[in-house]
Amino acid sequence: MMKFTKEHEWIEAKGDEGKIGISDYAQDQLGDIVYIELPDKGKKLKRGDVLCTIESVKAANDIYSPVSGEITEINDGLDSKPELINEDAEGKGWIVEIKLSDSSELDDLMTEEEYRKFAKEEG
Amino acid sequence: MHRNPYIPHSEKDVEEMLKAIGISSVEDLFADLPSEMNSDLNIPDAKDEYSVYRDLKTLANRNINLNEMAVFRGGGIYPHLIPSVVYALATRHEFLTAYTPYQAEVSQGTLQLLFEFQTLISELTGLEVANSSLYDGASALAEAALMSVKVNRKEKVLVCESIHPEYRDVTRTYCYGQNIEVDTFGYDKETGQVDLEDLKNKLNEEVSAVAVGYPNFLGVIEDLKEIKSVLPKGILLISVVNPIALSILEPPGNLGVDIAVGEGQPLGNLPNMGGPGFGLFASRKEYIRKMPGRIIGETVDLDGNTAYAMVLQTREQHIRRDKATSNICSNQALNALVATVYMSVLGREGLVEVGRRCFDKAHYIQERMKTMDGLHPVFSGPFFHEFVVQFDGDLEKINKKLLEHKILGPLSLSRFYPELENCGLLCTTEAVPNEDIEFFIARMEEIL
Amino acid sequence: MTIFERSSDGRSAYTLPDEDSHGFALEDCLPEHLLRKDKADLPECSELDVVRHFTELAEKNHSVDKGFYPLGSCTMKYNPKLNEKTSSLEGFAYLHPYQPTSTLQGSLELMFRLEKLLCEITGMDSYSLQPAAGAHGELAGMLIVKKHFEKLNDTGRTRVIVPDSAHGTNPASAVMAGYEIVEVESSSEGIVDLDGLDDLLKEDVAAIMLTNPNTLGLFEKHICEIARRAHEKGILLYYDGANLNAIMGKIKPGEMGFDIVHLNLHKTFSTPHGMGGPGSGPVGVKESLADLLPVPRIVEGDGEYTLSEDYPDTIGRMRSFYGNFGVLVRAYTYISLMGSQGLRLASEMAVLNANYLKSLLSKMIPEGYPGICKHEFVLDGGKLVTDYKIKTLDLAKRLLDYGVHPPTIYFPLIVNEALMIEPPETESKETLDGYSEIVKKILQETKDDPEMVKSAPHTVGTRRLNEALASRQLKTRWKKEKAT
Repeated sequence: MMKFTKEHEWIEAKGDEGKIGISDYAQDQLGDIVYIELPDKGKKLKRGDVLCTIESVKAANDIYSPVSGEITEINDGLDSKPELINEDAEGKGWIVEIKLSDSSELDDLMTEEEYRKFAKEEG
Repeated sequence: MHRNPYIPHSEKDVEEMLKAIGISSVEDLFADLPSEMNSDLNIPDAKDEYSVYRDLKTLANRNINLNEMAVFRGGGIYPHLIPSVVYALATRHEFLTAYTPYQAEVSQGTLQLLFEFQTLISELTGLEVANSSLYDGASALAEAALMSVKVNRKEKVLVCESIHPEYRDVTRTYCYGQNIEVDTFGYDKETGQVDLEDLKNKLNEEVSAVAVGYPNFLGVIEDLKEIKSVLPKGILLISVVNPIALSILEPPGNLGVDIAVGEGQPLGNLPNMGGPGFGLFASRKEYIRKMPGRIIGETVDLDGNTAYAMVLQTREQHIRRDKATSNICSNQALNALVATVYMSVLGREGLVEVGRRCFDKAHYIQERMKTMDGLHPVFSGPFFHEFVVQFDGDLEKINKKLLEHKILGPLSLSRFYPELENCGLLCTTEAVPNEDIEFFIARMEEIL
Repeated sequence: MTIFERSSDGRSAYTLPDEDSHGFALEDCLPEHLLRKDKADLPECSELDVVRHFTELAEKNHSVDKGFYPLGSCTMKYNPKLNEKTSSLEGFAYLHPYQPTSTLQGSLELMFRLEKLLCEITGMDSYSLQPAAGAHGELAGMLIVKKHFEKLNDTGRTRVIVPDSAHGTNPASAVMAGYEIVEVESSSEGIVDLDGLDDLLKEDVAAIMLTNPNTLGLFEKHICEIARRAHEKGILLYYDGANLNAIMGKIKPGEMGFDIVHLNLHKTFSTPHGMGGPGSGPVGVKESLADLLPVPRIVEGDGEYTLSEDYPDTIGRMRSFYGNFGVLVRAYTYISLMGSQGLRLASEMAVLNANYLKSLLSKMIPEGYPGICKHEFVLDGGKLVTDYKIKTLDLAKRLLDYGVHPPTIYFPLIVNEALMIEPPETESKETLDGYSEIVKKILQETKDDPEMVKSAPHTVGTRRLNEALASRQLKTRWKKEKAT
């Protein structure tokens, strides 16, 4: 099940493993994405730490980790094809996989339904 | 209101404009300024352009310019022959009075010429990416040092003592801000090349980059490949280059150099008493996101036609603000244009011919000096168009006598290198006619 | 077509003097491994090829000489042609920086006089002309701040306050000097919020960087109070001189309480912008900071000018040699032409122009902040989106079709869809009226033919660019197409 943050990141978790990306709404706001400064595998993050930086032509945006944990996988495809995020932000455009250190952090996040409503109001 | 050729407003204009704004006097526009302050400008009154020209010409005539002398001085600024077409094109108003290409569609001239410039610098240096220029050679070295710290996250740079002393100073100034350590290592007193043992002794875990000249300030050509071979993996090799020398020297990019920087003035720019010239800056492609300065890239427009745009602007201060790779906002575009036209005129063969002539003339003088009394060449290392000679007598006095003969003699090095007392850095370029060389040698023989 | 594609092997555009070689061949004198194996692949063209190429490129540029160029914060004023004539005098252009100073007396005197003029115009005590551009001057200034507190053994000051409306170079320069940035928010009036600032004025602050008038074109009317409060806490006040064109002969940064100033000679003092440089960014200070300025400094004694490095407290050198000397000659020429009355008039007419154009344009696009502005102003493009269904970018691109340059757009960051407009004093009322008419026409076009506006420009030879592609493919040099 996907959960969302107010900063427009999503996480899809199974047990203590999760996949993180940014929402479709967020990619639309950012415009054409040209580069993602990806973190290294094995990096440990606390909730709210900068996970990566996404660059469009005229902006660089920090993306924050929705949960604490250790990065186990990164989406290599983004290196050569950052536009994957524009094309499929909530699918093929995922950014990292993470091993959660505290699954209960998920409880603080929005459900998909809550998030869509939130995003609509923000727009 | 008094007339001014550069301000078009008539009294009637001013009245109408004030009325449209809804105020009654120009002073009302400044009503929010603190009134109690002294705003008087105690400077001379306006002058007509002829008087100003006369004043400036009087000042200019108080200098002795290079065209009035036989010039044997380099040390970072090199007078070369400049084809007339270079400045004829580069002073066109479309180049002179345009600004940063913020609106790409009406700046394709600027963008394309900077793209061509980057290509030429990339060709000369053998490195994949060049930016569209920095302020000068010295600040380019300083920026390279800062960039190496960003790449390696280590906070110390090693700079060879045979790099231009002013470049070392500027690097220290830039590094001072962020508490980055700048240490130096020596040159070999015999060859004038890098003292490899001293370098090896100073290498450690904290070093992010090593900087050497190519040729160095003493004129000597370093063996970059050998230097690279003693560097542990990860430490960047920076070389300060003379672009004219690169016409004949193996490009630094082929010899393991990671960042090449240098003063671009020799490429068709007037000496201008040291500025403006431009800083050239090229690096391996993997570091492009850490590079300072403006970079131009190719793209297409809506119709699919080739066009050019500024790229990676997210590195720059106007977007990234406090997280920018550098605070630099401008470049030296006009000087880069001069260099681009110059290289287009000289072409593949012409630039090599310039390089060969510089080399030939300098080596000829050195050869002649070997048989002269009262002086001797100092270093045995290979050189391009500049070399160090030690005089038995007082170099200052010798230079004074040479100046009486309208000769700008070798640059005295003792102010930079106390150990090189009465040593002069002597330079010739293709711009020094053979007859000036003979005249110089004859006067030297007399003086010594 | 690039110059490389114009190239044809065997052509040449150069000649060199007809003289004999001395026979020192590279191949004989240099070890083989140092010799270049493949020649740098420079184009081979005739002189006319080169002329046609760069003429074609020139014609693709907009420039001040060609048309109105009201870029906010850039002061795109007309540059008197005499500037070019004086700076290219042989006695200035053909000088080597390492000539004996006895042969450079005219240049040194010019620089000395220029320093004094800038002191008088800005109310400072000493200048260094060395910095090569505005941002370079800022860095010099912030290093002076650092050195100042180091001298006082005051090591706890790690932060610099910068308004949220500031130029991007301000925070970037302060960071290069080792400082952290604290942003102070602008008030609803568009100026520094005094109460907000008060909360930030702590022991850990080294300096406040301001430009006055600020980037919204508004005069920071509390400047004297800001200076008082800052100085009370030992904090230095830094003046970004990008907007000096608004206040010459009206008020001086030094009188307002600023301790350090940088100027942009290419803006205020009419040296050409040259597509982005060379500029010149002299840095000026009050007497107590004078010994910290970059070296070398010009010293006068008995009518003789020399260069001195004997300043133990200096921040050091900012660049090689003495600055962009050629640019200094132009600025000196300009100040001589204008004189005290002319400079004051320039500021007055620049401010008049801005207020007049604002009165015309704000009837169509709301002003960001009401009231009298200084030499530039900001419009709030929000209405373009809601009422005209276009973005500020679309208006900017359509302006190009009318042969005029758009304002600075999307800056300052604190105004939505911002348009920042600076019509310098060299522009006439007719030009401003014309610009306003063009905007009016375009707004009508958004009703009649919105797609045409959104896909502008149409007539400048290049359409909108695919900037995302440029940044994704990062093709930063020309390469020969591989033979197929």
